[in-house]
Amino acid sequence: MVSYFSEIFSGLWSLVVGLAITFREFFSPAVTVQYPYQTLKMPPRFRGHIQLIADEEGNPNCIVCMMCQRACPSGCISLAGKKEEGQKKKVLTKYVLDFTTCSLCGSCVEACNFNALEFSGEYKLASTRKEDYIIDLKKRLEENNS
Amino acid sequence: MSVPVRLQPDETFVLNVGPQHPATHGVLRVKMEMDGEYIVNAETVIGYIHRMHEKMGELKTYPQYYMNLSRMDYLGALGYCHGHVLLIEKACGIEVPERAEYIRAITVELNRIASHLFWFGAFVMDLGGFSPLMYALQDREHILDILERITGSRLTYSYYRFGGLYNDVDEEFVESTRKFVPRMRKSLKKYRGLVTGNIIFKKRLEGNAPLSRETCRKYGATSAVARGSGINYDVRKNEPYSVYPEFDFDIPVYTEGDSMARYKVRMEEMEQSLRIIEQGLDKLPDGPIMPKKAPKIIKPPVGDYYQAVETARGNFGIRLVSDGTKNPYRLKLRSPTYSNMHLFDESCRGLLIMDALAFMGSIDLVIPEIDR
Amino acid sequence: MELTLLNALIAVSIAIGFVALNAAYLVWAERRGAGRIQRRPGPNINGPLGLLQPPLDGIKLMAKQLIIPGGADKALFIAAPVLAMVPAIMSFVTIPFSDVIIAHDLNIGILVIFAFASMGSISLLFAGWSSRNKYAVMSAMRAVSQAIAYEIPMLITVITVVLIAGSMSLTDIVQTQKGGIWNWYVFPFRSGLFNPLMLMSFLIFFICALAETNRAPFDLGEAESELVAGFHTEYGSMGFGLFFMGEYANIVIGACLTTILFLGGWDCPFGLYPGVWWFIIKIYLIIATIIWIRWTFPRTTIYGLLNLSWKILIPLSLFNLLLTAALLKVL
Repeated sequence: MVSYFSEIFSGLWSLVVGLAITFREFFSPAVTVQYPYQTLKMPPRFRGHIQLIADEEGNPNCIVCMMCQRACPSGCISLAGKKEEGQKKKVLTKYVLDFTTCSLCGSCVEACNFNALEFSGEYKLASTRKEDYIIDLKKRLEENNS
Repeated sequence: MSVPVRLQPDETFVLNVGPQHPATHGVLRVKMEMDGEYIVNAETVIGYIHRMHEKMGELKTYPQYYMNLSRMDYLGALGYCHGHVLLIEKACGIEVPERAEYIRAITVELNRIASHLFWFGAFVMDLGGFSPLMYALQDREHILDILERITGSRLTYSYYRFGGLYNDVDEEFVESTRKFVPRMRKSLKKYRGLVTGNIIFKKRLEGNAPLSRETCRKYGATSAVARGSGINYDVRKNEPYSVYPEFDFDIPVYTEGDSMARYKVRMEEMEQSLRIIEQGLDKLPDGPIMPKKAPKIIKPPVGDYYQAVETARGNFGIRLVSDGTKNPYRLKLRSPTYSNMHLFDESCRGLLIMDALAFMGSIDLVIPEIDR
Repeated sequence: MELTLLNALIAVSIAIGFVALNAAYLVWAERRGAGRIQRRPGPNINGPLGLLQPPLDGIKLMAKQLIIPGGADKALFIAAPVLAMVPAIMSFVTIPFSDVIIAHDLNIGILVIFAFASMGSISLLFAGWSSRNKYAVMSAMRAVSQAIAYEIPMLITVITVVLIAGSMSLTDIVQTQKGGIWNWYVFPFRSGLFNPLMLMSFLIFFICALAETNRAPFDLGEAESELVAGFHTEYGSMGFGLFFMGEYANIVIGACLTTILFLGGWDCPFGLYPGVWWFIIKIYLIIATIIWIRWTFPRTTIYGLLNLSWKILIPLSLFNLLLTAALLKVL
């Protein structure tokens, strides 16, 4: 009999405690960042898709050693280069990243010994066509330089 | 509460809790044979998200396989990565610097708290309370921000490397984690007042699907399912690995075996993880994060290696059979939720649907981990 | 006021307008309140503060196709949402907003309101049965057993209040509570009557009002959509819209009744300027509490719900009834 009433009272008290907690939360400020009216700044190590790094003249540092292509687990990098006469190293002619299979693991950035790749920090990548995700990194570098 | 009833088999109908759940468990199909509102029989059908991780283990080289482990259980990803790197380091004999080990332990515990917070929010939402989900996700955002600053990703990290870490942590990580710990303690107190002490919760969870020790042992259940039934087993204490022997923490064990016990085990695990994080931050040594002679090509010697770690879901085991080449011969992943889930089939007989769903929520299923 | 055709039309349109406006904008209030409790803004894009959200939702609902499942009982299917909305509007006939603002003061006002409220449970049955859907029938059965189980303690508490007031007319009940906050029925100290359990009666009535309107934490009928959808699963567009609006109209009626029976109606707490504004303030405070309760607590099971009613609320309210009757005789 006593437990019947004590259960009622302790039950009611626990409900009041719960209500008090939500009451306090009611007067706390909202934590939502209303995108796209407000945006957040990405931290410097944020992983967007990769991009080429240029040297002082604007040419990519890449010497087409193919280490990034070998390191990629998903096979999304395809690059080609050609050796010009009189030059010791190869020159990059094509660097295409298939972002539809990229998993942002960073193996390519880590495998490159010549400081040619970095993460870009792009996150506004919504699109309606698949072709927008086959990214031509050499063209992107030229557009960024100009 | 489940009342034992006499059920006549010819009056039953089959209810298909289809692969698309309104609750947040993933793609799991449960074929329930029901008599009115009671479950006569349940059969779980899996395989809707099978992605062939074990086959990919045979086709990819060891460094290319890092990121697969995060995708197995994306909510508690770092625990799985930890198991994988520990295994390869054991096989190849790579020495890990102390600083890297401590940072690994701290980040694994942060991820464990994030995973338990998500479980907490989803579980309470299954039972009908919508607000604790939002509070739990807001706390989880703090953890994700901390981890994003150092690794660059929020959910599927590929942060550990064979021998150490990808990049180092700075002072701001230590500071923001130190600020996070008391904030999390305050939140845990809030959850205790709002959820654990609430009479409606207690009535719903106490006595809900009690599991005995023998049932847990029969199915090989681990994590909160076993610890809620009185089995005192945690890989971090029973088969210690990494730097866990240096930390001072307890393993919460309850003996009732009902959903309330499993719930309380996980809430206390979060508190113990906070203790480990504090101790880790205090003891964090200086030094390099990768060994001097980190091997470039990983080719473990021929043999059979095994490593078990305690993840947020339970005892995750990974076994490697290597034949000396740069691809594994066989890589077997032992998924803890697979063993936990099959308890559901046997133990949900005679329950109401609402109670069965509360039970399913309390064993914390993440389906991509079952299907690998 | 004389009962001419014009007056009657004005009264009816005011009643329907009040109900419709409440039903629409209570949705807005609930979404904003829920958002603030969960530390997020709630709807704030359509119109200033999101105030245009309900009309736009209404337009969206009306533009959808009204699908009647094949094999469903057409007459019952269409009648059910109407039957959910009509009693709520009809109950506004007897509710006194102040001394003079009342559509028609019947001297059996309470009885009329409860008669209409019982019709609400029939609409649940119609909806579940006519949908020709196993799960809708199952949850309709549960909702009806919940409605019946919670009517009993509600009526017993009402009888307690009627005993103290001496009349069933709602205006009279409020008139006897005149004179400031300590004269209201919720407080036990009144001139001529000392009944310490009236606060408990108030709580019991409030809980029963929550359960009657299928409102959390007792919303098994509709939010069973954790697994199976509730009794209004087969309803699209305006059928669903009518159920939804009917639920909010029922909430307003429940709040009005709570104020009239226990909190003094249009009476001012300090006894200064009684009037319709106090009534409005009080019902909106109670509605805010109802919204607050929904977003804090989880759902009970069907057994917990029925146990609460039959084993706890009914004995306590019967005990209070006997105590009140004995005290009225003695004192």
